[in-house]
Amino acid sequence: MRLIVAGVEKEYADGLSLTRLIELEKVATPQYVTVSLNDAFVESGAFPDTFPRDGDSVEFLYFMGGGR
Amino acid sequence: MTLVLKKTDYALMLAHARRCLPEEACGLIAGRRAEDGKRVEKVYLTANGDRSREHFSIDPQEQLGAVKDMRARGLVPLGNFHSHPETPARPSPEDIRLARDPSASYLILSLAGPEPELKSFHLESDLIREEELILV
Repeated sequence: MRLIVAGVEKEYADGLSLTRLIELEKVATPQYVTVSLNDAFVESGAFPDTFPRDGDSVEFLYFMGGGR
Repeated sequence: MTLVLKKTDYALMLAHARRCLPEEACGLIAGRRAEDGKRVEKVYLTANGDRSREHFSIDPQEQLGAVKDMRARGLVPLGNFHSHPETPARPSPEDIRLARDPSASYLILSLAGPEPELKSFHLESDLIREEELILV
C-alpha cells in the first residue's frame, strides 16, 4: 500500500500498525510523538491497533508547550 | 549549532509577545537547515491554548496546519518560540520537561527586563543547551 508520510508518498507492506510505522520511519523520541492520520489525531495508546490504509496521510508532531 | 533569524521576523515575534501580554505568547519557526546551522525563513504566530501568563501550548491542529504550509513553501519546521512576560529568557523546569524534539530550536523571548531578550536553546543528549542566535 502507499502512504503519504510527512508529505512524502512511500510504499509499505499491508497491515502496518502506527507503532511499526514509527519504528520504520526512525522517529526520534517516539514516546513523545503525536500522530495524525488523515488530519485526525490518534491517542498514543491506540498506535498498536491503528492500521493506516492505502492512500492515507500520516504526520508526526511533537507537543509544543511549556511554562515559566 | 547556529540559528539565524531575520530582524523583521524578530520584530514580528516581539510585537506578538507584547500584544499577548499579560499572557505568554507562542509560535513556530520554519526555514532551512544547513551543515552549519539553521536559517529561519518564516515565523508562525499561534494562539496560546493555555491563555496563561505562566504556561503555553500550541494546539496540535494549528501546528499541523502550519507544518503543511511550511511544506508547501519548501520549508521545514525548525522549532518554536514563546515569551516569558515576567521571567528571564531561560528554560523553566517545565520548558525542559516538555522539550522533546531533538531537532528543534526552542526560542524564549523575555519581556521581564527594560529591554526584550531573545535566546535559543536545543536538546543535546537530553540536556537543554543554549545555541548561538544571529540576527541579520
